[in-house]
Amino acid sequence: SSGINAEWPLRPGATEASSTTFPLTFGSPYNAVHDNALVKQVDLPSTTGHFGILPHHVPTIAILVPGTISITNEAGDVAKYFVSSGTATIHPDSSVQILAEEICAVADIDDGAVRAGLEAAQGKLSSASSEADKAAAQIEIEVYQSMISAA
Amino acid sequence: AVVSTQSGHYGRGGMATLKDIEMRLKSVKNMKKITSSMKMVSAAKFARAERALKPARAYGTGAASLYEKNDFDTSGKDSVLLALSSDRGLCGGIHSNVGKMVKAAHAETPITKAIIVGDKAKAILVKVIGDTFLSCFNNVGKKPTSFTDALDIAEEVLSHDYDTINIVYSKFKNIVSYNTEEKPVPSLESVESNAAIYVYDEVDSEVLRCYQEFTLANIIYHSMKECEASEQSSRMSAMENATKNAGEKIDALTLQYNRTRQAVITRELIEIISGASALE
Repeated sequence: SSGINAEWPLRPGATEASSTTFPLTFGSPYNAVHDNALVKQVDLPSTTGHFGILPHHVPTIAILVPGTISITNEAGDVAKYFVSSGTATIHPDSSVQILAEEICAVADIDDGAVRAGLEAAQGKLSSASSEADKAAAQIEIEVYQSMISAA
Repeated sequence: AVVSTQSGHYGRGGMATLKDIEMRLKSVKNMKKITSSMKMVSAAKFARAERALKPARAYGTGAASLYEKNDFDTSGKDSVLLALSSDRGLCGGIHSNVGKMVKAAHAETPITKAIIVGDKAKAILVKVIGDTFLSCFNNVGKKPTSFTDALDIAEEVLSHDYDTINIVYSKFKNIVSYNTEEKPVPSLESVESNAAIYVYDEVDSEVLRCYQEFTLANIIYHSMKECEASEQSSRMSAMENATKNAGEKIDALTLQYNRTRQAVITRELIEIISGASALE
C-alpha cells in the first residue's frame, strides 16, 4: 500500500512541504546524501513492505530492511541507493528523515565482490554452530541477495 | 658555549648562573618544539573532525527530530548520566567543563546512575559521583569515533533501566569556541506512554523498540563527533598559546642569558685588571 491519505487536510505549520515536494534528510553516519532537500518521491524497503512517500504522507515510523531506496528529486531525476538497515520517519509536517547505517549508490555496487561475499556467507551458514552465528550468516546472505537484485 | 663551561659556576648574590639559564633555555626550546608539533597534529585532526561533523550533524539532527517535534517527558526521576569526553588532555577546558556541568547538575538533583566515556572525565568525576558509575569507556580520542563505538555505548546504556538519558558533551560552535551542553533523550517507556507517539502510523512495540535503539546510537554518535571537533579545535588553541608563550619565554631568557654572560665577562675583566694593577 502506498499509505497516502488523499483526504488529509494541510496541517497548520506544514510550511515546508508544497503540494509536489517535501523536505528529505537521507544519510548515514558518514555521508549525508540529502540534508533537508526538497524531493518529489521516495520509495523505500521496510519491515512492513516496500512503500512510497509523496508529500503529505500520513505520519509514520518505519524500520528499514536491506534493499533499494529510490529518490525522485525536484527535477524529476530518480536516484537509487542500496541501504543496509535503519529507520524512516515521516512527521506530521511532512518532513522525512531516512537514516541508514550504510548507504551505497546502486551504480557503485561491485557485482563480483557481492557474489564472492554471498558464497562466503553461504559457507559461513553451513559451518555455523551457534544460533547467533547461524542468524548472522543468514542476515549476510539476505543482504547479498538483496544487493544482487538491486543492481 | 665556551664561556659557559669556564665561568659562572658559582652563583653570586642569588643571581641565576649562566648554566641555570642555559638549561632553562634548552628545556623551553624543547617544549616549544613539542607544543608546535602538537598544534600541527591537532590542526590536521581538526580538519578531519570538522569534515566528518557535517554529515554526522545532518544524521544526528534527523535522528533527534522525533523528540524535537514532540514533547516527550524527559524530567524522569530515574535518569542515567552519559558524560562524553576522551582520554587525552592538553585541550584547554574541554574535560573540566564537562566535569563542572555534571557537578552542577548533581548539586541540583543527585545523580544515581552514570556512564562515563573517556578517562579524563572519569578522573574528574570519580571523587564526586564515583559510586554511581555503571560503566566506563576508554580508548577514546586516539582514533576518530566510528559508528561502531557509538553502538557499543548505546548497547551498554540500553542494558539498564531508566526514564531519561542526559548526555553531557561539548558541542562544536566554531574553531575558537564550543559549548558544553546537556541533551536529554527519553527512554522507550517515556515515548510509549505519551499519546503523541500514536499520531504516527504503524507504530507497534517492536517497531518502536528498534527505532529507539537505533536513534539512541545515532544521537550518541552525533554527540561524540561534536566532542571530537570541539576537542581538536580546543587543543589547537591551547597548543598555539603554549607555543606563543614558550616563544616569549625564550626571548626573555635569551636576553637574560646575554646580560648574564656579559656581566660574567665584565667581572672577570675587572678581576684581571685589578689583579694586574695590584702587582704594579
